[in-house]
Amino acid sequence: MTDPRANIPSVVERTRPVKAGAPVVAAHFLGQTAVFVLGEGALVLAPRAGEARSVPAHGGAILSTAADADRIVTGGDDGKVVAIDAEGHSTTLATDAKQRWIDHVAVGPAGALAWSAGREAFVRTGKGSERTLEVPSTVGGLAFAPKGLRLAIAHYNGLTLWFANAQSEPERLQWKGSHLDVVVSPDGRFVITSMQEPTLHGWRLADRKDMRMSGYGARVRALDFSAGGKWLATSGSTQLILWPFQGKDGPMGKTPRILAPTEVQAEVVACHPKQEVVAVGYADGLVLLVRIEDGAEVLARKGAGAPITALAWNASGTALAVGAEDGEAGVIDLG
Amino acid sequence: MSDKVPVTVLTGYLGAGKTTLLNRILSEPHGQKYAVIVNEFGEIGIDNDLVVGADEEVFEMNNGCVCCTVRGDLVRIIDGLMRRKGKFDAIIVETTGLADPAPVAQTFFMDDNVGRKAKLDAVVTVADAKWLQHRLKDAPEAKNQIAFADVILLNKTDLVAPDELSEVEARIRGINPYARLHKTERCRIALPEVLGRNAFDLDRIMEIEPEFLGDGGHHHHDHDHDHDHGNDHGHEHHHDGGLKHYHDEEMQSVSLRTDQPLNPDKFFPWVQDLVQTEGPSILRCKGILSFKDDDARFVFQGVHMILDGDHQRPWQPGEKRESRIIFIGRKLPEDKIREGFAGCVA
Repeated sequence: MTDPRANIPSVVERTRPVKAGAPVVAAHFLGQTAVFVLGEGALVLAPRAGEARSVPAHGGAILSTAADADRIVTGGDDGKVVAIDAEGHSTTLATDAKQRWIDHVAVGPAGALAWSAGREAFVRTGKGSERTLEVPSTVGGLAFAPKGLRLAIAHYNGLTLWFANAQSEPERLQWKGSHLDVVVSPDGRFVITSMQEPTLHGWRLADRKDMRMSGYGARVRALDFSAGGKWLATSGSTQLILWPFQGKDGPMGKTPRILAPTEVQAEVVACHPKQEVVAVGYADGLVLLVRIEDGAEVLARKGAGAPITALAWNASGTALAVGAEDGEAGVIDLG
Repeated sequence: MSDKVPVTVLTGYLGAGKTTLLNRILSEPHGQKYAVIVNEFGEIGIDNDLVVGADEEVFEMNNGCVCCTVRGDLVRIIDGLMRRKGKFDAIIVETTGLADPAPVAQTFFMDDNVGRKAKLDAVVTVADAKWLQHRLKDAPEAKNQIAFADVILLNKTDLVAPDELSEVEARIRGINPYARLHKTERCRIALPEVLGRNAFDLDRIMEIEPEFLGDGGHHHHDHDHDHDHGNDHGHEHHHDGGLKHYHDEEMQSVSLRTDQPLNPDKFFPWVQDLVQTEGPSILRCKGILSFKDDDARFVFQGVHMILDGDHQRPWQPGEKRESRIIFIGRKLPEDKIREGFAGCVA
C-alpha cells in the first residue's frame, strides 16, 4: 500500500520520547515541562532537560483534568480534587463528602476552579469562597466563560449557565438529549456541547439561537477553538472537521471545512496557541499538524500503533506533547 | 476484539435475590476480580472489588425513536472504569428491581466508546418462585425482565410446593422459552452458569437451540454441561413432558423457521421495516439465517429497533441449512410476522 503522506514534511525526528508506562488520558504543559496524565493514579512530568518522573495524585482512576499556567487540576474516582505544580508538588483542593467520583474539573479566570460529582457542580473562586449548584441530571461537562465567574454546565436536555458569584438564578438553555463536553468560544458569544449522538449543539448567547452541527460518524470527544476563535476544531470523523465562527452567526447555515482525511477516526485535536494550525491525533497513532488556511500537513508522528489519546501545546506553541493509549508518549520540539 | 471486558447485567424484581447472587459472585473463590456497578450503595461490602454507585439515568437518543435509549450513567461509569483496565476481569451491573433492561443493553450498541471497550455478556434475571406469578400480573417491569433474560434463576424454590413450581416455570416459558432456566435456593448455582455466558456474542446464538426446538415438543435435556455442581440443583433434568403450556396474554415469543434459503434482498428490507414499525414492542430478537448462494451462516440479534448481524462461519458439510428466528415482545403481530418472513424465501 502506498502511503499518501510519504512525501509530506516531517518533524518526527524532533520527538523526545517519554515512557509514560501506562495509558495516557490527557496532556498539558506547565511552562516547559510536559505533563502526561495517566488513567490511573499518577501524572508523568517530563521537563525539557532531565528525566521524566511520576507523581502520584489519586488513589484510583483520574477521571478529569484541566490546567492553567501554574497548575494541573485533576478529579479522581477517590472523590478528590488535586492540584499539581511544575515541581511535582500535589495539594488536595477538595474531597467529596460522599466520596463520589469527581467526573469533571475546569479552571477559570483569576484562579477560579470548578468540579462536579453526580448532579452537583462546585465553584471555588481564586479567593477561596465556594458555592454549589445542583442541576437536573448528572453533569456531562463543565467550562468557564472567558470573562467573569460564569460556568457552563452541560447535562441531560440542555445546559445551565451560572454566574457563580451572583445571587441571580442560573439560566437554563434547553435542547433535548444528553449533552456531554462543553466549550465556550473565546469571545464568549457561543456555547457548544457535544452530544451522546454524533452531533454538536450550540447556542448563541445573545439571543439563545440554537445551532446543530451534524454529519459525524462517531461521538465527538474532542473540541478546541483555534487561536483567535475563528474555528472550532473537532474529532468524531476520519477527517479534521472545522466549524467557522468568524461571522456574527457563527456556523449557522454554513458547512464545515474538512481537512486531513484518513482511513481512521480522529481522536484528539489541539489548536496551536498562536497560529491557525491544528494538531490532530488519529486512532492508528498518526499525528498531523494541519494548517487551516490551505490544509497543508506536517507529519508529527507515524501512524502504526495505538490510538492517540492526548495532545497539548506549550503556551508559546514551540512544543507539542503527544500521548497514546498504550503508554507511549513524547514531546516534539518545534522551537 | 477479544480484549473487550465482559459485562453481566443482573436484573430481578424487588426481593427476588439479586443481592444474594451478587454476594455469592463476589465471595466465592473463583480468582476473578469484578468491578460492580450497584444502584444502592452499602448493601455489599467487599473490599477488594471496585464498587460504583449508579444513578439509572435513562437518556433518549435524538434520532426520533422513542425506544432508543441509553443509560447515561453507564456511559460515564464504564468510561471511568476503563481507566483502570487490568484491575478487574469483568463488570457486573446490578439494576434496580424496577429497571428496564433494554436501555442497559442498548448502551452497548449505541455508544461507540462503550461498545469498543466492553461487551454485553448476558442478562441474568433472578425471579422469586413464590411471588413471580403475582408480579407478572401487576408489575410490567417483572415481565420485561423475564422476557429480556438470557439466564433465569428461579430462586427460593424451597418456599413453594412442586406443583406451584412447575406452574411458575410454565409461566416463565410462556414468556421466554429460550432463556436458560435454573432452579435455585438462595441463588446457589455454579457461577459458570451465570458468568461468561457470551449470550450476546453472535457466535453463540446457537445457545438458543435447546429451548428453540422446545416450542414443539419440549425435549430439553440440557444436562450436557457442568456435571460437577453436586447438590446444587443447578443442572436441569427437566423432563418437561408434564409442563403446562401457557400463552401469556401480553408477552410472547414468535419463532420462525424454514429450510428454504432466504433472499437477502427481501429479508433485510423486511426485518428493517419490521423493527422500525414494531420496535417498541419487540424486546429482543435473535436469528440464524441461510441465504441463497451463500455458503456462510448469517447470525443476528437485536434489541427494540437496533439490529446487529454478521456472517459467522461457513455451513458445515452435512449441517442442515435452515433459517431460524425468534422474536420476544409485547403483543406481537404474529400473523404479520409469519407472513412477512414467508415472503423472504428466495
